[in-house]
Amino acid sequence: MYSEDNLLPLSALQHLLFCERQCALIHIEQQWDENVLTVEGKGMHKRSDQSQTESRGNIRLARGVWLKCLRLGLTGRADLVEFHRIDSPGEGVALANISGRWRPFPVEDKHGRPKKDLMDKVQLCGQALCLEEMLNVRIASGALFYGKTRHRLDVVFDDDLRSQTEKAARRLRQLLASGATPPAVYEKKCDSCSLYEQCRPKLLQQNNASVWLTRMIREAVV
Amino acid sequence: MKKLLNTLYVTTQGAYLCHEGESVLVNVEKETRLRLPIHALSGIVCFGQVACSQPLMGLCGERGVALTYLSERGQFLARVHGPVSGNVLLRREQYRRAENPGHAVQIARNMVIGKMMNCRTVLQRVLRDHGEKQDKETLEPVVRRLGRLTNEAEREENMEILRGLEGNAANEYFSVFNNMITAQKDYFSFQCRSRRPPLDAVNALLSFVYTLLVHDAVSALEGVGLDPQMGFLHALRPGRPSLALDLMEEFRSCLADRLVLSLINLRQIDAKGFQKTESGAVLMNDETRKTVLVSYQKRKQEDILHPFLEETVPFGLLLHIQALLLARHLRGDMDAYPPFIWR
Repeated sequence: MYSEDNLLPLSALQHLLFCERQCALIHIEQQWDENVLTVEGKGMHKRSDQSQTESRGNIRLARGVWLKCLRLGLTGRADLVEFHRIDSPGEGVALANISGRWRPFPVEDKHGRPKKDLMDKVQLCGQALCLEEMLNVRIASGALFYGKTRHRLDVVFDDDLRSQTEKAARRLRQLLASGATPPAVYEKKCDSCSLYEQCRPKLLQQNNASVWLTRMIREAVV
Repeated sequence: MKKLLNTLYVTTQGAYLCHEGESVLVNVEKETRLRLPIHALSGIVCFGQVACSQPLMGLCGERGVALTYLSERGQFLARVHGPVSGNVLLRREQYRRAENPGHAVQIARNMVIGKMMNCRTVLQRVLRDHGEKQDKETLEPVVRRLGRLTNEAEREENMEILRGLEGNAANEYFSVFNNMITAQKDYFSFQCRSRRPPLDAVNALLSFVYTLLVHDAVSALEGVGLDPQMGFLHALRPGRPSLALDLMEEFRSCLADRLVLSLINLRQIDAKGFQKTESGAVLMNDETRKTVLVSYQKRKQEDILHPFLEETVPFGLLLHIQALLLARHLRGDMDAYPPFIWR
């Protein structure tokens, strides 16, 4: 169990899975450059900045829900957690000021389109693990909503996804504890990275500034 | 590539700055004279009697927009910045290296080499473009001596000696600075650097442009998470942005000095724009100050090939790039700090 003042941001899981160097630049170096993607993403998330709840029939919508998981040492906010009313009295959770049993169902807004890799699913699963700990309930599934395709993708929190998420949380803690930013290796995905400017992966392939300077001096001053 | 953003210079006395949502408003006598989106700005510089609303200060802090107050004449007064951000581990490494003479000299040396080589290139350009016979006789020996000083600096392991070499190079360079003034020589003549206060118009111009450069260097360093006060070459002194002064050494000649020279040589400013006070200090008037600010901003937008990156970038981004390269070196990503070498 981690203490409350030693929690890591849930959002870092996604950065970690995208690129460990990006994750270190954001969470160790504290470098963050707004670009179009992140600004648009922010606009989309603004809605959930104020925590509020509304009811739509048998669904309660809670926005901007604070989350934490002491077991994995994670904290963050969920865009949206839906609570679906269920009939079986032994299942789900009770909610304050309202009768009945409810099944939590986390929903995360993503600006782009569905990705091949696991990072969005892992982030959502991280939210589910937080909710499970906080509400003492098992959560079977949630959903990712993709802004580009306006499409809702259901995500099942199976054993494989859970263990991937726990593995990512452990790796994240290791990386941030080391305080060291991994070296850059240029890949195609770098072109879409919001931290390209701070990272400059191509530049770092040539780690020879002193050789370069000597050459500059020799060329200029004979 | 990171975008070069504007710096808003407010010289109108009595102006009041505030914000409405994402827009920065410049109000003069309750009338809105200018409205700019905050995301288009990297800095706001207020000269003299310019007030800012507290919410605007907060917005600047939040968005990393450097807000600086200078006196009407351009002397630094204060700076507003938000919570200290950046990587505390990087700053700790910066302090460690700065306090270790063996490490500090490696960084300082490359900065000095950059400065010497750029001074030398400025003189070589003058020789190439319009070297009269008499200029040749004066400038060429200085170019040779700057070359020798570069070679000496390259081998120097002792910080005090390195600082001495840097001083010698500056003296050599300023000894022929007057030769680079080719117009309005009766008024704009340069004997030696005088700073507090500047005793002639050329010094007044140089000091003013250097102030602008310091401001930009401070924001560039803060932007990459370095402490602008903890320098390598410049000794530490409370309130002095030593690292910013270090960083700008490479740019004094090729950015600031050349700007001042072209303002004079192209007759964009003239003697009428200056006034001598009782103490001998020379001050420039508002109009001249505006002309300088506009040309400085224009110069920053000119493209230049960065020799280490081998990429064309606007002049105004060079400080940011050098700050980034320095952070890279401190972080251990690069074996040395590659100074900006102007070609």
